[in-house]
Amino acid sequence: MLFTSYGFIAFVAVLTLLYYLGPANFQWILLLVGSYIFYLIAGPEYIPYLLAVTLIVYFAARIIDRKLSDQDAYLKEHKKELTKEAKKEYKAAQKKKRMVFQIIAVVLCVAILALVKYANFFLANINAVLSASGQAKQLSFLTIAMPLGISFYTLQALSYLFDVSRGTIKAEKNVFKFALFVSFFPQLVQGPISRFKDLSKTLYEPHPFNRQAVAFGLQRILWGFFKKLVIADRIAPAVQTIFADVSTYSGGYAFFGMLFYTIQLYADFTGGIDITIGIAQMLGIEVAENFNLPYFSTSLKEYWRRWHITMCSWFRDYIFYPLSSSKGMQKFSKFTRNHLGQKVGRRLPVNISSFVVWFVTGMWHGASWNFIVWGLANFVILMVSEEFEPLYEKFHNRFGFAGKLPYRIFQILRTFVLICALNMFDVCKTIGETVKAFLSIFTSANWGEIGKGGLLGLGIGVSDYIVLIIGILIVFAVSLYKNKNGDIREGITGLAKPGKYAIWIVLIIVVIIFGTYGIGYDSSQFIYNQF
Amino acid sequence: MDHSYERTKKNKNKRQKRRKSVVLPVIIALVILFGVLFLLQRLLMPKYVDDVVEGNFVAEYYREKDKNFDVIFIGDCEVYENFSPVVLWQEHGINSYIRGSAEQYIWQSYYLLEDALRYHIPEAVVFNIQSLQFNESQSEAYNRMSIEGMRWSPSKLGAISASMTEEEHAIEYYFPILRYHSRWNELTKTDFEYMFKTKKVSHNGYFMRIDCRPAEDVPPGRPLADYTFGDKAMFYLDKIRTLCEENGIKLLFIKAPSLYPEWYPEYEEQVEAYAAKYNVPYINFLEIQDQTGVDYTTDTYDGGLHMNLSGAEKLSHYIGPVLMNMGVTDRSGDPKLQKIWEENIADYENEIHEQEAKYGITYVSPLENLQ
Repeated sequence: MLFTSYGFIAFVAVLTLLYYLGPANFQWILLLVGSYIFYLIAGPEYIPYLLAVTLIVYFAARIIDRKLSDQDAYLKEHKKELTKEAKKEYKAAQKKKRMVFQIIAVVLCVAILALVKYANFFLANINAVLSASGQAKQLSFLTIAMPLGISFYTLQALSYLFDVSRGTIKAEKNVFKFALFVSFFPQLVQGPISRFKDLSKTLYEPHPFNRQAVAFGLQRILWGFFKKLVIADRIAPAVQTIFADVSTYSGGYAFFGMLFYTIQLYADFTGGIDITIGIAQMLGIEVAENFNLPYFSTSLKEYWRRWHITMCSWFRDYIFYPLSSSKGMQKFSKFTRNHLGQKVGRRLPVNISSFVVWFVTGMWHGASWNFIVWGLANFVILMVSEEFEPLYEKFHNRFGFAGKLPYRIFQILRTFVLICALNMFDVCKTIGETVKAFLSIFTSANWGEIGKGGLLGLGIGVSDYIVLIIGILIVFAVSLYKNKNGDIREGITGLAKPGKYAIWIVLIIVVIIFGTYGIGYDSSQFIYNQF
Repeated sequence: MDHSYERTKKNKNKRQKRRKSVVLPVIIALVILFGVLFLLQRLLMPKYVDDVVEGNFVAEYYREKDKNFDVIFIGDCEVYENFSPVVLWQEHGINSYIRGSAEQYIWQSYYLLEDALRYHIPEAVVFNIQSLQFNESQSEAYNRMSIEGMRWSPSKLGAISASMTEEEHAIEYYFPILRYHSRWNELTKTDFEYMFKTKKVSHNGYFMRIDCRPAEDVPPGRPLADYTFGDKAMFYLDKIRTLCEENGIKLLFIKAPSLYPEWYPEYEEQVEAYAAKYNVPYINFLEIQDQTGVDYTTDTYDGGLHMNLSGAEKLSHYIGPVLMNMGVTDRSGDPKLQKIWEENIADYENEIHEQEAKYGITYVSPLENLQ
């Protein structure tokens, strides 16, 4: 059920009505039932995967939590008898026991994900190796459809497991409540990847009808629809045309394709998240924000703090930090400091951890070498800018650029172009095509065609471009407002009633008239649904 | 006690005031929103008054002053282009109307008949069986042309539900703005001009063309894997028959003399068998060319697919006595109908003159020779 489909709108409307009309204590049960109905409609065959991840993590977390409680009780009981060393030894032994369950759960969840998402990727690579070595034998591919949102709910469930294991949260005793945490339908298919300690604060408690919350939620949903239907889906045909045939659409077309895709991706993903957060808000539930004006970033490092925030923090908290502070890495750091000097010795373990994180991030985005190279390209750029940071600083201080508005604008534009270039790995089918399309921007002589109306032959016409330009300007203006004053909805709420209502009426009409939906349009799936 | 009562009353009044201050603006905003959407919907919906007028036929029926028609024709282009109610009135006093639209599927014919019965029970129904060849709707555009003009009723809901292709959504029929929103960049002067009005495009459902393009190279029909009519098509044929039986309406099946698409012998056998089984009279005009006098060199405007006015008048001349034999009443003496038909005939003749000017030809009715 696509977020922008009539079916989904009706589903949310009915659910919200029942949510507020029914007894408040049963609201979370209704959400659980609703979430499973939503997933059932997406494909009944996907349900076993969701159930498996839910139950594996639930039971592992419960065992780990009980073992932690037993450990605390034991230590409390034997507080006086145990020496510091004995306590440490006991704790280490207990941790090992807990780790067994954690590892089993992680392995099982990752195995499920690997089976449905990566098995054919590995098989394709094995086949390529067999072919290259002259073997005629080829392995057959698996015919398993990737369950909707599995990458998202697996990470969300695992974050809970790790948090329980670290003792930062207590395990949820009620299996149904935990099942709701994993399956909460608005964020099931494209995130945000919520943490249990945040989401559980509002997910299970009764919510009396709150007019303001419902109004804010609806406004956020409407804004999401605007971004998805008016911008993302309108520009999509041009992106599809260009990247379906990069040989024909090279040079200037590739440049605009890269630009268009970056706009599409932003409008699509942030639009989808707006709808998710809006639905949750309507139900009185707080879901973590996933974006903070990412295209206003002045560097790639800043961009990754503003884009897909919950995914980035997941990889940082559960892969980067544990890996960089692991015993093995500390030993390695000591070794490198002794043999390669303090500076290199200090940076090398960080960069190795960073490499692993970006490799995994790339893999998580998709089972393809394109995504892996995309992840590693991010790593290389981030590493280089980090290593050369002192040099840049010297340069900025020497010429007095730092902090000046024109330079800041230059930094924003530079970062945007960099993001556009990196996104080509995402939109092109293979690494070869990515490189070919990117290089053609500098080598192809077809830029003149663009000036002669070449962009009008990409499946979108003059009227579409006008709508797009106005739509992008509106999003830009709203972003500028947010950057300076915060949430625009607060600002609109402060207006006199006629002005306030006029804005929302106009936005509803704009979405209905200029939205890309219905017959004649191939309504696009959200890009992040496929990850 | 009194004070507390006063306080409670005051609080209640305050609450009511607050609620009023919230609810009233919301209601006003909703009225404005739906008002604007309604106007935009009127603007964006196709008007079907220029080149493609077929989308207007179904709605035109409701603008008839007197809907007590004795004969209702139902079917696709093979009825609305092949029979002239004016001729039936002039020759036999038959008060008839054609409820047909482009590629009207059998389930749409059924619901249009059911819809017509809400206004009057006719004496006879003529159904063109060409649409039996389709077991599912083939095109959203044709669905729209057949259904959109219907007034809201259970029949329209039934027509929507029976007609929708996989890509369609019922909600887009309930709120057509959701279907036509993207026409904002195709709007013409006509869309503004006919936002709140329309113009007459048919003559009791008959679509007139006086020009001629003789039938020359009619492509042979390609062999089909299966000639059996589908379950859904037969289900609605049964429904049409039983609806007529239940209402005491005489039913007549016809196959108009269109040379294309191919009317296969296997189709013919099934229709004949069904007609014989249920004792429904059936005329296949393809087989009685000598009796109707249809001449494919003069009586078609598109190479044999549809009749022009000459062909339609010949077919009407032929079917008139058939209907009279079925017991249809001659209403020529009804002064009220006389007045209505005088206007209809004047419109009819006007259009003949307009088309004569448009195509640069002089129309000579074949009826004089036939009489």
